[in-house]
Amino acid sequence: MNSAINPLLLVTFFPLVGVLLILLLGSTGKNTARWIALLTSLVTFALSLWLLMQFDSTKGGIQMEINLPWLTLGGNTVGFHLGVDGISILMVLLTALLTPIAILSTWKAVEERVSGFMSFFLLLETGMMGVFLSLDMVLFYIFWEFTLVPMYFLIGLWGSQRRVYAAVKFVLYTMAGSLLMLAGILWVGLTYGGFDLTKLTDSAIPFTAQLWLFGAFGLAFAIKVPMWPLHSWLPDAHTEAPTAGSVILAGVLLKMGAYGFLRFNLPLFPQATLTLAPWMAGLAVIGILYGAIVAFRQKDVKRLVAYSSISHLGFVVLGTFALTAQGVQGAILQMVNHGLSTGALFLIVGMLYERRHTRLMADFGGLWRVTPLLGSLTLVTVLSSVGLPGLNGFVGEFTILMGAFHSTILASPWFAVVATLGVILAAVYLLHMFQQVFLGPVRHPENEKLADLSPREVILLAPLLLLAFWIGLYPAPFFRLMSPAVEQLLALIQTVVQTAH
Amino acid sequence: MTLIDFNSILPVILLVVWALVMLLLDVWFGKRVPLLTPVMAVAGLVLSLAASLYQIGQQASAFNGMIRVDGFSIFLNNLFALSGIVAIGLGYDYLKRVGISEGEYYVLLLFSISGMMLMGSAGDLIIVFLSLELLSIPLYVLAGIDHKRDASREASLKYFLLGTMASAFVLFGIAFVYGAAGTTSLYGITEAVSQGKVQQFLLICGSALLLAGFGFKVAAVPFHSWTPDVYHGSPSSVTAFMSVGAKAAGFAALIRVFSLNFTAIAIELTPLFWVLSALTMIVGNVVAVAQTNLKRMLAYSSIAHAGYILMAFVGFGDAAVRQNSIASALFYLAAYALTSLGAWSVLVAVEQQDGSGNEISDLAGLGKTAPSLAAAMVVFMLSFTGIPLTLGFWGKFYLFRTAIEGGFTYLAVAGLLTSLVSAFYYLRVVVKMYFQPGEALAHKGRLTSLIATILAILVVGLAFVPGYLFNLAAAGLIAGA
Repeated sequence: MNSAINPLLLVTFFPLVGVLLILLLGSTGKNTARWIALLTSLVTFALSLWLLMQFDSTKGGIQMEINLPWLTLGGNTVGFHLGVDGISILMVLLTALLTPIAILSTWKAVEERVSGFMSFFLLLETGMMGVFLSLDMVLFYIFWEFTLVPMYFLIGLWGSQRRVYAAVKFVLYTMAGSLLMLAGILWVGLTYGGFDLTKLTDSAIPFTAQLWLFGAFGLAFAIKVPMWPLHSWLPDAHTEAPTAGSVILAGVLLKMGAYGFLRFNLPLFPQATLTLAPWMAGLAVIGILYGAIVAFRQKDVKRLVAYSSISHLGFVVLGTFALTAQGVQGAILQMVNHGLSTGALFLIVGMLYERRHTRLMADFGGLWRVTPLLGSLTLVTVLSSVGLPGLNGFVGEFTILMGAFHSTILASPWFAVVATLGVILAAVYLLHMFQQVFLGPVRHPENEKLADLSPREVILLAPLLLLAFWIGLYPAPFFRLMSPAVEQLLALIQTVVQTAH
Repeated sequence: MTLIDFNSILPVILLVVWALVMLLLDVWFGKRVPLLTPVMAVAGLVLSLAASLYQIGQQASAFNGMIRVDGFSIFLNNLFALSGIVAIGLGYDYLKRVGISEGEYYVLLLFSISGMMLMGSAGDLIIVFLSLELLSIPLYVLAGIDHKRDASREASLKYFLLGTMASAFVLFGIAFVYGAAGTTSLYGITEAVSQGKVQQFLLICGSALLLAGFGFKVAAVPFHSWTPDVYHGSPSSVTAFMSVGAKAAGFAALIRVFSLNFTAIAIELTPLFWVLSALTMIVGNVVAVAQTNLKRMLAYSSIAHAGYILMAFVGFGDAAVRQNSIASALFYLAAYALTSLGAWSVLVAVEQQDGSGNEISDLAGLGKTAPSLAAAMVVFMLSFTGIPLTLGFWGKFYLFRTAIEGGFTYLAVAGLLTSLVSAFYYLRVVVKMYFQPGEALAHKGRLTSLIATILAILVVGLAFVPGYLFNLAAAGLIAGA
């Protein structure tokens, strides 16, 4: 490393510069706060691209590591240990991309306490970056819990009618899981002499302890993903959050759960992972079908998108616990895909809401004729989420299903076969939604004069859809980025399989 | 009295003499110069704090082993002096507003603090009992200092009656221990135990009685029933101090006596501590959920926090864990002190002249009417919950770590789950302040707001560099334990 300052530090903490500026200048006007936040997040995005350029994708393992001692407590050191590998770099890029888009989406939607909103958003960005980059368990936990605070206020202060209920439910659900994870972290740290993740992976934890720890960590992550049956916070939080909050919630915060499985459960508790993989995959498949069926029954577009998240994240978990190279790579790619497609869908719902102040499908209809640009971009987004070949969703889901089908650990093609139903159901509920909102005659006279997309709104959707096409047509660079890390992870589990036999 | 003797109780002596001088000066000049007594009280505490800082690093046994100066006593002395200074600041604004203009407030506070300091450095059960009385009696009076209000009088009487009963328990326990070991010196008892010259049964009886007495002071379930009424009825600035000082002093006695004298019977006592800790965490947190009054909610929350501290101490019999037990309890006490004083200072700021304004629903809209006060309250609530980037998180982290290190994983899990319950009622305060419309009234007492802001900054700021406080707590050793 030649540069004096570690790029990871910059990516993680640069948003705080924006918070500081907003606190100093925020009183001068709403637009000042907006521009500061937007520019800060754009610079952070640029920094994340700089990080990508320095990243050597041919190597597995941790890169650009920074490890400073932070504090010692009763003989255990808690380190300020950051590092990036092929899995986390994609999450960092996704976070850095979605944050400025989400901030730009609030230009008209958030009019009250703008500087507070922007400060919380940038704090949230720092928290999310920290979660993806931490290599010390305590540091990870601190960032993980810290993200609750800004998100709690974002939902509670700027959400819609039932925001208080949703905000409290969100915090309590997440805390229920993460407190048990804290117990797990402490137990591992005390028993195996430290909280540093890189030093723990080669210590063999006894099988029974692995099962318990898999449960303690897994519960926290399963709630965050969310996996069926721990999902019930999600529809409320997504529906009540402001648009930008939903975008980040779906785009990044849910990925923290899926990422947690990859970063902690698989490498730290490989034996338990092997034993429990079919169960986890089973829950994932139930989640895929459950999310899809419930989504179909929704009248509120935003709730529909929220339930579709449960279904789509089911694919991610299925791919993860297929424990094949294809499955895991597909899962990671699908995490990115879901961030792009669902992020775009939530943006579109927000745009509809800003025009009509309703989210019920029955209040729309025939918008294609009134707002053709919005209609066509929505169609692309819907198709990307459905998994049409040529768009991103297809690549991710197809890879996951292939991985699950051939998985020797799941040892049954039925997981993949049943999950495929989810793909079909996704087409049903999403196209149904599209038809209700955009096709047919204009049923309500208020809808006759709706404005089509403004240039700002096109700018919001354009990068997401361009990436959707890119991943759909040429996913190789993305797979290349993650494959050394994934191979390393699976090799670790493979050794456990061999010693077991 | 030798020089060592004098040095060892310098912080206490300074305080007592200073308080006596203040009493006289207040009679002569108090009416004409109302600022005189509070300023002098702060000056006295600063002097005492300086004396206690001067002791850092020293180890001494004085007055034939009656007094012990060690890391433990010095840490606690500093804590008592600092929270006393905060309590005086809070009292100054509050007393003026609710119309209690009594110079005795400050004098009594100083006497109580001197008792607490003496408790921290007790080397003999007799000193433990004397300092228990010295710290309690001024508190009984302080609870009733707003004697025009029924609630305050009731609180005072209740605290006094139940407090004397707890003192009786302690005294009875001391008698048993004396009967078992033939001495009241803590180090003498340790020696007698190690030589096997004690009657096990009497020692166990004595320890159980002492536990009940100290359990009352720290407000552990089932000895907690006085807490909500007394916390609610006493003037808020008194409660602020009581919630920190009396609890810390109770733990000072508990920790010193038990980790010196009763490690030999730890096998019998550990299940007792286990149950006490679990009950305190569960009852405190669950009952707090049902409270609509902020003062009562904070009272139950203070009960719950006593349970967390007890959790660290369950493993006190294990010599390998004991240092961490003591250090984590001290660290938690410091984190709790900052947070609790902060939360009560916000309460002092919103309470009205007639004693109303302390319902949780009265906080509605505080986020708009007093942004900095509300923001500080958010910090305190998060710290009580144990959310990262507050000192409360590190406090709980260290406690849970110690409990798991001692092999009490289930107890730690129970503690973590009750933390979840606590999140519900702490968040409710935030919900009220920010998410619900209202016109919460906050007084523009600048001193109180300043105190709340400083404490909030400390709670967050120290969370980034907790290592310093960890080291201080880790140096808080009990000589010989």
